[in-house]
Amino acid sequence: MKKHSVKSRNSSCRSALAPYSIWAFLFILVPMLFIAYYAFTDNDFRFTTENITRFFTTVSSVRADDGTLKEVHTYLLIFRRSLKLAVISTLICLLIGYPLAYRIAHAKKRTQQTMMTLIMIPMWMNFLIRTYAWMTILQDAGVFNTLISRFGLPPVRIIGTETAVIIGMVYDYLPYMVLPIYSVMTKMDNSLIEAAHDLGCGSLSVLRRVIFPLSLPGVISGITMVLIPSISTFYISQKLGNGKFFLIGDAIEGQYVANNLHFAAAMAFILMVILLVLMALVKHSTSRYVYGGDAK
Amino acid sequence: MKKKITALVLALTLSLSFLLTGCGSSSDKLVLNVYNWGEYISDGSEDSLDTIKAFEEWYEENYGTDITVNYSTYASNEDMYNKISGGAVSYDVIIPSDYMIARMADEGLLQPLNFDNIPNAEYIDDSFHGLYYDPEDKYTVPYTYGVVGIIYDANVVDAQDVGSWDLMWNEKYADNILQYNNSRDAFGTAMYKLGIDVNTEDKAEWQRAADELIAQRPLVKSYVMDEIYNMMESGEAAIGSYYAGDYFTMQEAQADHVDLRFYYPEPTNFFIDAMCIPTCAQNKELAEIFINYMLSEEAAIANAEYINYASPNRIVYENEDYIEDMGEDAMEILYPDLGNFSELYNKYAYRSLSVEMLDYLNTLWETVKIN
Amino acid sequence: MKKTISNILTGLVFVFLFAPIVVLLFFSFNNSKSLSVFSGFSFRWYRELFKDRNTLEALRNTLVLAASATVISTIMGTAAAWGIDRLRSRWYRGVINTVTDIPMTNPDIITGISMMLMFVFVGRLFGAKNSLNFWTMLISHVTFCLPYVILQVLPKLKQMDRSLPEAAMDLGCTPMRAFLKVELPEMLPGIVTGAIMAFTLSLDDFVISYFTSGTGFQTLPIRIYSMTKKTVTPKMYALATIIFFVTLSLLLISNFIESSDEQKAEKKEKKRSK
Repeated sequence: MKKHSVKSRNSSCRSALAPYSIWAFLFILVPMLFIAYYAFTDNDFRFTTENITRFFTTVSSVRADDGTLKEVHTYLLIFRRSLKLAVISTLICLLIGYPLAYRIAHAKKRTQQTMMTLIMIPMWMNFLIRTYAWMTILQDAGVFNTLISRFGLPPVRIIGTETAVIIGMVYDYLPYMVLPIYSVMTKMDNSLIEAAHDLGCGSLSVLRRVIFPLSLPGVISGITMVLIPSISTFYISQKLGNGKFFLIGDAIEGQYVANNLHFAAAMAFILMVILLVLMALVKHSTSRYVYGGDAK
Repeated sequence: MKKKITALVLALTLSLSFLLTGCGSSSDKLVLNVYNWGEYISDGSEDSLDTIKAFEEWYEENYGTDITVNYSTYASNEDMYNKISGGAVSYDVIIPSDYMIARMADEGLLQPLNFDNIPNAEYIDDSFHGLYYDPEDKYTVPYTYGVVGIIYDANVVDAQDVGSWDLMWNEKYADNILQYNNSRDAFGTAMYKLGIDVNTEDKAEWQRAADELIAQRPLVKSYVMDEIYNMMESGEAAIGSYYAGDYFTMQEAQADHVDLRFYYPEPTNFFIDAMCIPTCAQNKELAEIFINYMLSEEAAIANAEYINYASPNRIVYENEDYIEDMGEDAMEILYPDLGNFSELYNKYAYRSLSVEMLDYLNTLWETVKIN
Repeated sequence: MKKTISNILTGLVFVFLFAPIVVLLFFSFNNSKSLSVFSGFSFRWYRELFKDRNTLEALRNTLVLAASATVISTIMGTAAAWGIDRLRSRWYRGVINTVTDIPMTNPDIITGISMMLMFVFVGRLFGAKNSLNFWTMLISHVTFCLPYVILQVLPKLKQMDRSLPEAAMDLGCTPMRAFLKVELPEMLPGIVTGAIMAFTLSLDDFVISYFTSGTGFQTLPIRIYSMTKKTVTPKMYALATIIFFVTLSLLLISNFIESSDEQKAEKKEKKRSK
């Protein structure tokens, strides 16, 4: 009797998984093949590597700060700039998000729920509208500058600077950092922390030696979930960067708007490959610090 | 826990029923799919005419059949072109700009209209016949037109600096200047400033324009599209180029310390947005009836007043109520005396470039943007 | 002392999170059309909003899309999580886990473009006239919501005692009954969080919708984006304000229900211990 039911459950687990497997194949894997297909073909769908080489070889001359002209690789420069902004935003998200998640995870159960919902609520108002509202805040004569002038402070230029773009990214993607870290922290075994305290660890070293390593999986998925959208955004840079920041997302969108689908696909393909490799590296290099990873 | 489950089940059934009622209703009715610019039709706000609703009612009264207009909007000609040329959508009426019409007609994406169904087309001013994008008047009925001009804040800009495109390159107003955030219009300003023919296929000339834009970059406060409204209204910036009618919208909302004015530099770009029927249309006759309705007195005047752009429709610009509503200043700016419009237009209008040139232009634009 | 500092910092983060919401709430009552010059208090934009059929239609479309994407991805994702948890084949599990990671490590813009390329290509192959429509948007929304549901449900299954459903079956439960009575309640918190996340992500998405939207089905973000030649009106701020208050009151109500639930449970406990 028992054997029979376990076996039938085994087959039912496959049938439960079947719809998702088919879905994942059709709508996750196949579209990626299409990206590759478009990336390696020209407008008449003949094979070409021109789109890929164009990404790496296009050069343009840029005026440096001292006024001299410099030859640069257009898209590599764009990618470097996007990566820089994305990394800064991710670090700031981590710096804000980690303590926040810690704080929430150690609050009362009811407070926890309320705070997590409060973090999610802004996402219910669409991100285009929220970014618009940030423009009103950060403008030269905007809400922020009006406020600080009340305290006798001189106005600061924020909109159109890197700071504005970073604020926009941090704002929009902070929930993605808090959520996974929070969910790892609530599952953490508190007796481990107590044991560490009992063994004479100070608060800081408990944090460094016990809590942080235990929360690392959450941190990694938080980093992934912030880094990826902020590297590829195109709306935030246009609106909060005064259109002066041209990121890889802007470049892809620009090529799409220009109906240059094959080159847009090629850029998307390259970005995808870089990100997949980057993420694999992150996972690999951190896996040995994660309990239950290499330490088996 | 039980409550949670009931809540969840309730939510599921609710949303499912929501979904079913949402999709079930529009199956056997006549449907017309209209694809237009955002905020480009009188939509019933501020006691204006709700054009779409009025058309539905008018149609039901005159033809006795129920009809639903599915009205969608796009942000740019290029967005619309991408959707249509991919062959993945089917709209019955679209309203692109002149240069895009030329390109689409060239690529066989538009259908010739049957003017028997559009008798109101006779109200269109004679100057709008035989224009380059539709030389035989086969595909289009013009909807709006206008001229690109410069808006400035008279409290910041000295009167002697005003008058030409040079104002947008004037170092005195560094950090007060707005430039378009789309390659076509931005290059246009540079080409007009340099006095280059905007329809040249000479790459060196376009390179010159790109250099001009790069030189302008340190002076530019922001590359904008719709943001120009807020930035000009609040005095964040003092100089920007945009489409004539939009100036009135900005002026209406300007802050106390801002005094917006407008002028046409020379030469400049004219634009015409016209109604067409793409080849993907599924109900051509209905689309023609809709176009005809849009030219009727009721709809045409409401739209012209809502959009604030000039109308090529005689029954609009000769209507006394309309003239009074718009005011003398607005009429002067919207309908400047240009002499022979069609000749001027065919000579100076900024046409569509070849696909190869567009790609080149896009690359130049990227260079401008990363500088 | 330490506690106050941490409270102040947490408070600051929430100020940061809600600053733009306060701003849009404020400007939704603006008398003029501007989003940056306040010229007087009025309900003008709320009145305009309720007259604007296209915006209301777009709102309805957005909600329909989010609700259906949530239902489908929650059901399919829960089943998938349950299946993954029971899976014996390591190879199959590895593949499924990797594939599930893809939508999360792929930027929106790539997911959007790849979906669009596929739909357009397949549509052309079959000569379909409307290959981009409500269904393609639904498919793409379900696709990016699925991993979030799975990742919320899986941990709950891992925490569960495997022998429980087996014990239930030994005691004569049918597998279905064992699932409904034993496993489902264990998974429920994960399912609910997953569903809420799916709904939120679908509401918030612009990029993927931008690429996959088609004939006659326009959602709110697309409509807002299309206003970028003319101007975004405070109507949209009014709409956002209404959404904010609706969600806030839903939150308060659900908190109230839960707390009364807890109180009842406590009373029961007390009775029992007496």
